[in-house]
Amino acid sequence: MTVLSVTGIRKVYNDVVAVDEVSFDVNAGEIVGLLGPNGAGKTTTINMILGVLEPTAGTIRIKGCDLVTHRRDALARTNFAAVYAPVPGNLTVAQNLRFFGLLYGVTRLAERIDTLIAQFDLDRFRNVKCGVLSSGEQTRVSLAKAMLNRPTLLLLDEPTASLDPATAREIRTSIRAFAGEGAGGVLWTSHNMYEVEEVCDRVLFLSHGRILLEGNPKTLPSEHGKDTLEELFITVAREPLTLEP
Amino acid sequence: MNTGRVAAIVLRQFYLTRGSITRTVPLFVWVAIDIVLWGFITKYLNSVSSAGFDFVPVLLGAVLLWDFFTRVMQGVTMAFFEDVWSRNFLNLFASPLTITEYLTGLVITSVITSAVGLVVMIVLAAAVFGLSFNSYGAMLVALVLVLFLFGIALGVAACAIVLRFGPSAEWFVWPIPGLLSPFAGVFYPIATLPRWMQAIAAILPPSHVFEGLRAVVAGGAVVPARLGIAAALAVVYVLGACWLFTRVYRQAVRIGLIARYSAESLA
Repeated sequence: MTVLSVTGIRKVYNDVVAVDEVSFDVNAGEIVGLLGPNGAGKTTTINMILGVLEPTAGTIRIKGCDLVTHRRDALARTNFAAVYAPVPGNLTVAQNLRFFGLLYGVTRLAERIDTLIAQFDLDRFRNVKCGVLSSGEQTRVSLAKAMLNRPTLLLLDEPTASLDPATAREIRTSIRAFAGEGAGGVLWTSHNMYEVEEVCDRVLFLSHGRILLEGNPKTLPSEHGKDTLEELFITVAREPLTLEP
Repeated sequence: MNTGRVAAIVLRQFYLTRGSITRTVPLFVWVAIDIVLWGFITKYLNSVSSAGFDFVPVLLGAVLLWDFFTRVMQGVTMAFFEDVWSRNFLNLFASPLTITEYLTGLVITSVITSAVGLVVMIVLAAAVFGLSFNSYGAMLVALVLVLFLFGIALGVAACAIVLRFGPSAEWFVWPIPGLLSPFAGVFYPIATLPRWMQAIAAILPPSHVFEGLRAVVAGGAVVPARLGIAAALAVVYVLGACWLFTRVYRQAVRIGLIARYSAESLA
């Protein structure tokens, strides 16, 4: 079942083309990595899927709901965590989860908050303001917020960027478990190729706003004469023309 | 409209206010200082003016209503600024929250916060300076309602300005009541103003409210047509402000301002 269908999206700022005719799907139970160098168009693509940036052209459907015509329904099935969008630091962990739980219309909210606080090991910080938490703890709060509504589509923009290796592994396990339940799909961006190879079922390489490569992260490097995903990433960043189909 | 999402906006403000003396104290301290200051000014004016004229209902009552109006406006903008200061727009507008629900939440927040200020002002003005609300009659409710609507309209319009021009545009917002006060005739009849200022005053609901207030205190009555014009203008301003906010929001989504709100160069 397709949970995200992106068709021919394009974003142009004045004369600058940030995203150019990008099309891809994410299926339920699948983790798709959106990779590319800085400025490739990853965050622009994610912002368009989140409905906070209007595409110049193209359509986005979340579990069949068109983001333009059925925005509320589409966004009620989506959630996200990103390093550049922390939850408000002047509310406590529990207050933030209650606030966002109400926004997303989560039923049996108190119970859901307790579950997520336990799942992301936040019990000690339940009544602590998020602004005084370490960056790793704040990331865990953002992930708990992202899981509140049991999203059909989960967007994660570098979710483990500020985590220590042990915590990052736990987070990866949680996200894999979420995808493994089969109800939701995940679109994941990361610059950690080891992590991408471990977590993602499929990757899309973006360069200059276009999808350059797509495939299984475990086999894609060898298909293009590279030993590792990192080597392939560097080639995409520095010599994308050598990989043009 | 989803009441849960509206409640979320109000609840967030409640959490912030409850736990913060810097947010609680301004709800009533500045208006209380204003009432005390003008209370003594009116007492002094009563002592030096010709016998029989009472400045308390004219000046102190007008100050009370004007402060209420500014509190309503700031109630909306302060709740909005909380999202500006905590850089929360991406989290908010990537959720199912609609603009109508968001603005309704801001307005309800303003109703609650401005009511706190209003109660403090009424108690202080009545208990310390003998302001009697009986002298205004039932028409006071209608006059307050018009000021409330205009305060909401200005608050929403101010939010639109800050959304469009970025966080530093906050400094456009604070002087708005001060800019309007000479035209509103809070302390003097509109006839005192030169013609061009009277023309501007005519399209501002507060000028009709304060003219009506003075008429009532002078023993007359509010002209129904004047009240009708004030109410109609206030409604038009509310609708206009909501239209402006929606338009600015849509433009912000188009040019990427929501996603990168702190990037003021986009403005």
